[in-house]
Amino acid sequence: MNELKSKVKELLGSKEIDLFIGYEQGTRLPRPLLAASCEEADRLIFDEYCTGNLAVYLTRKDLVGGKKVGIAASYYAMRSISRLLDENQLQEGAVKIFGLPPDGAGLKVFETVAEVKQHLQEAPAPPKQVEDGWVKEIEEMPAAERWRFWASELSKCFRCYACRAACPMCYCTKCIVEVNRPQWVQPWAATASNMEWQINRVMHMAGRCADCGACGAACPLGLPVHIIAHKMVEMVTQNFGEPAGKGNVLSTFSPNDKENFIR
Amino acid sequence: MEQKYIPKSSIKAWLTSIKDDGKHIYAPVAENGKTHFKRVKSVDEISMGHVQTAQSAKGMVFPRTEKLFSYVRQQGDVALQDYDPNDIPCSTVVFGLHPCDAAAFKPMTSVFNWGSEDKPFSERMQRVALVSISCSKCDVFCFCTSVNGHPGSTEGSDILLTAIGDDGYLVEIITEKGKALADKHAEFFEAAATCISKEEHLAPVPVKFSAGEVQRKMAGAFEGEIWKKQPLRCLGCGACAFVCPACTCFDIQENAKGSNGGDRMRCWDSCGFSLFTLHTSGHNPRGAQSQRWRQRLLHKFCYMPERLSVRGCTGCGRCSRACPVDMNLSELLNEFELI
Repeated sequence: MNELKSKVKELLGSKEIDLFIGYEQGTRLPRPLLAASCEEADRLIFDEYCTGNLAVYLTRKDLVGGKKVGIAASYYAMRSISRLLDENQLQEGAVKIFGLPPDGAGLKVFETVAEVKQHLQEAPAPPKQVEDGWVKEIEEMPAAERWRFWASELSKCFRCYACRAACPMCYCTKCIVEVNRPQWVQPWAATASNMEWQINRVMHMAGRCADCGACGAACPLGLPVHIIAHKMVEMVTQNFGEPAGKGNVLSTFSPNDKENFIR
Repeated sequence: MEQKYIPKSSIKAWLTSIKDDGKHIYAPVAENGKTHFKRVKSVDEISMGHVQTAQSAKGMVFPRTEKLFSYVRQQGDVALQDYDPNDIPCSTVVFGLHPCDAAAFKPMTSVFNWGSEDKPFSERMQRVALVSISCSKCDVFCFCTSVNGHPGSTEGSDILLTAIGDDGYLVEIITEKGKALADKHAEFFEAAATCISKEEHLAPVPVKFSAGEVQRKMAGAFEGEIWKKQPLRCLGCGACAFVCPACTCFDIQENAKGSNGGDRMRCWDSCGFSLFTLHTSGHNPRGAQSQRWRQRLLHKFCYMPERLSVRGCTGCGRCSRACPVDMNLSELLNEFELI
């Protein structure tokens, strides 16, 4: 932890970075800290409890626009960063990425995209037993019961859009739910339109979602909306393989696609 | 104010009798680790193990979505149909809310009935009775005592119950509405012992800041750096506003049914959303999150006390519990005392 503090202070001092996106101790759990001074950097922490996906701040122009930025990246934040690079939302070399590889060797600074991608290939993804358990349980439900489950859960949603705000891949400046000419999704809370919203949100994540679970963790009502994204990741991987570099399932198509409707 | 006592074993029977009278009962129900206010079919569904429900009880009088009126286009004219009061349940009892939630009905009323009466809101207020329960436990986010509240405050409640030991509740009957609820089924109540001290049965909620001092400091710091520093990590979602018992921002939406008619809807909104103030021209007077954070706090802690003589915060702490990035409100308000 002290290693991180001194490294960040060094980078801030030498003006190699203007801002460091890390964690500090929060009320109960670590919370994001945007440190621009050595004094603030003294509050930094970085350990296995720092799992919130800080990559969400990298596309906030008001925060990082025109600035040289460093970030403490958990495994899933690293994955988000890799996708943001693929989608040209970040420039190679523009962000100094600090990770904690699971080999226990301590802090590592990733300088290039290649290093990030290599790390993602080599480091084991943190387990998703809880999410896998949910998916299994939901899939084993008969269709009518499954419908009742989601209708009951999503009937509670009040459309605060914390799921969207917490997602590093939700960086659109105008979300489809806010487009009103035409109005694709009714913007007020009601079971059917809440379902439409979540289906839309997750569809737009196809091949892009890092499966970090930030959407579900952010939900103030504890709705398991990350399970839908998790299932989407599983389906996309089964059908299209792991995302590889430029382009993704949502945004590309091939003239050689086996489906006829696309030609 | 009248005081009575009700044995714990009689609470469910009393509520069941109220339900059998045809009233709707909304109460906390635990589901997947969170507790929600729901209309209960049986009083056995009620759970009171929580510190705070995920949402407040404000939806009872300010639903997250409601129809204000309908319109039909007819031969070059438009016919309006006002909201239908029959869509509102004739009588509802909200049971088991805490004093911080009950206290929030006053700031809500002040906003909705400011200048002119908001008919659907008032109609709902009239039809809702609040049977609150004093807090016997609190958590690190609670700060009612810093904003003139109290874990045993009767403000806003029609009846307040305070658990006295494990066997029963002190019953404080505060309003005529509350008296009617207790008198209708007087058989469940006993005389209250004269020596009951409520205080010792309440949660110890520490005072975290002086609201007066915070208001003074805030009012003089409109251009202060603190507004920019504090919300750096804020993601700009509406979780804090939507769980808040006193937030009243709403949006007006159109549920058009073809081109011949539709419904005009009112639904929850948040001053923390950038879209809240975005003009058609593209200009946004509160374009930065720091401006929206400033507006949210000034509104609750300065503008409302100045104009409506009531604060827009009752210290329930839900905003802080719900925040994905731990914008702990009492901690942040405390920082204003130090400037």
